[in-house]
Amino acid sequence: MRLNGSQILMECLLEHNVDTVFGYPGGAVINIYDAIYEYQDRIRHILTSHEQGASHAADGYARSTGKVGVCIATSGPGATNLVTGIATAYMDSVPMVAITGNVPVSLLGKDSFQEVDITGITMPITKHNYIVKDVNDLAKTVRKAFHIAQDGRPGPVLIDIPKDVTVALTEYSKEEIEPVSEHTDAICEETLDAVVELINQSKKPFILTGGGVIRANAAGEALELVEKMQSPVSSSLMGLGGVPTNHELFTGMIGMHGSKTSNLASSECDLFIAIGSRFSDRITSNTKLFASEANIVHIDVDPAEINKNVRTFYHVAGDVKASLKRLNEKLVDKVSVERYEWKEQIIHWKQEYPLDFNQNGSIKPHYVIRKLSELTSGKAIITTEVGQSQMWSAQYYDYVLPRTFLSSGGLGTMGYGLGASLGAKLGNPDKIVVNIAGDGSFCMNNNELATAVHYNLPIIVLVLDNQVLGMVRQWQDLFFDKRFSQTDRNRCTDFVKLAEAYGAKGYRMEKVADVEPILKEALEQKVPVVIHCPIDPDDKVFPMVPPGAAIRDLITEESQG
Amino acid sequence: MDKYVLSLLVEDQPGVTSRISGLFTRRGYNIESFSSGSTELPGMTRITLVVKGDKEVLEQIQKQLNKLVDVVSIKELKPELSVYRELALIKVDTDEKTRASILEVVEIFRGKVIDVATDCVILEVTGDHNKIQAFIELMEPYGIREIVRTGLTALGRRDR
Repeated sequence: MRLNGSQILMECLLEHNVDTVFGYPGGAVINIYDAIYEYQDRIRHILTSHEQGASHAADGYARSTGKVGVCIATSGPGATNLVTGIATAYMDSVPMVAITGNVPVSLLGKDSFQEVDITGITMPITKHNYIVKDVNDLAKTVRKAFHIAQDGRPGPVLIDIPKDVTVALTEYSKEEIEPVSEHTDAICEETLDAVVELINQSKKPFILTGGGVIRANAAGEALELVEKMQSPVSSSLMGLGGVPTNHELFTGMIGMHGSKTSNLASSECDLFIAIGSRFSDRITSNTKLFASEANIVHIDVDPAEINKNVRTFYHVAGDVKASLKRLNEKLVDKVSVERYEWKEQIIHWKQEYPLDFNQNGSIKPHYVIRKLSELTSGKAIITTEVGQSQMWSAQYYDYVLPRTFLSSGGLGTMGYGLGASLGAKLGNPDKIVVNIAGDGSFCMNNNELATAVHYNLPIIVLVLDNQVLGMVRQWQDLFFDKRFSQTDRNRCTDFVKLAEAYGAKGYRMEKVADVEPILKEALEQKVPVVIHCPIDPDDKVFPMVPPGAAIRDLITEESQG
Repeated sequence: MDKYVLSLLVEDQPGVTSRISGLFTRRGYNIESFSSGSTELPGMTRITLVVKGDKEVLEQIQKQLNKLVDVVSIKELKPELSVYRELALIKVDTDEKTRASILEVVEIFRGKVIDVATDCVILEVTGDHNKIQAFIELMEPYGIREIVRTGLTALGRRDR
């Protein structure tokens, strides 16, 4: 059938089972929006307050559902407003297709109104990008974009469509889309056998699950490996929920703000198996001292991650789920006697160094998050902003399911969480969605509360308000002689009134006794809620690995007095 | 740091050279020479890269290049199994007295004189990097006005 470019775009979205898109209209995409009007019974468009919000919402939708997130923006500033969201998705391997309009082909390169070279701008932050200058290339380009976004290690792909292409007519025929196949060619039988041999010989094994476990839907396989090996297991920030954090073998997050048990265990283990993790600097700190006693085995879908940051002993470059399945098949259920000591050691560390905090008069963020975890049985979807509130959220909530911890790990994007929470709620209407924010991050993009209210998305925003930019201030406190340069915000914003101004419901916690009843009440609301929770500006995230140190050399609350 | 020669087969898409050069810039890889041109395959371009680094860096360069959608294949062309060539055009001052001796050197290097003016000549020389370097050094005393070089291009000997 003969359709214009905008209609073809809609048809291609439908081919890929896209039913929700996030975006913001503008001149260059006016024809695309005309098609969105025409297709509104099949594709739901969520109008955000800002294109950045749309990009984070598409990201949150993708992370929480496993489907490809789609966002749409106009040319020029619309496109550049997506950039932070695209970079966020790129760093955390989130499947996303971003669609931007551009000026007509004849005006490209002439510094036309609202023209920007968005393919040039996004080249380093996308898996691939396209500018479609001929409507006859449009359908196949969209299909390629969806394929690339999901293939192997997922990531964002951008399609830039000049305005004239969105009105040009051409023949369109529907195609059945094959599901993207797993990368298994490079999974080597001999390597798997060698890994099994290492596992059977290891007296002190340790496992790290990364975000790749979640992206590959391999949480079940990862848990099976953990239980078969009876090995202690930790997680990167991105991997939280891959193995239930309340599992007896789970030792806590690893790395800069990891648990002492995980950081000690990784330093003393003789076998370190990293699954779907890229050994980021937040995990390893000083790579020379990282897992220095261990044979490191690395399982990852992206061959470029093998030996990039840390040299490994054996590696399996292939789909994480398929690799783990095959590895699990080869493992016999058997715990060697020698491993008993290692297990005792881990238990000892866990008892000696529990994740804990001083409860004094003020409301402690750790306590609030732990309470939230209890009240939701660890089953809510938690989105986070970035900084102290993010780390406390990672440490004190018990994530028992994959795809329930949505956080900007790689890029560290303040302002990510609220947009992400909208996408998560739209993708998972039956789940409780809570965005845990600091006051700094919340103030970056709280405009999206208007979106939550408009679409009646009953998300909860928990604002841990210490009136400071806490993580930077914590560094200034510890390493810059308390020279608090520009981190004491001390703004007098009334978050309850702000919530009400947007049409959301606002609560304020004044004392510790308020925490539980307010959380309970907020969880029962059918409207968007903001909880203002004032906390002490001097509360810090511990444990902490100082810059450049080995991860076993943690600073703890006690060591700081 | 060692030098390695990589031969890339890439799809002839707009922006492919920016994708490759951008990758080198942002990941801090050293690129010494970049030359590209069409091939026997329609729609395909072959790019010869000379890169500097150690083995680990080379491994990363290859893997990262492999992730670019437009890159079809990457081959390392080792010196013992490949031929390397570069072409240089050199404009050299001449007069009655020097012309003969310049031509003598050109002859020895199997170069060519491709343009002659009253006060200068343009010389063409092909060969590997060292040969061209040697030729340039021999021309220096006469007065070099301009040099242009293609960058290294290379082909594996036995495959295909």
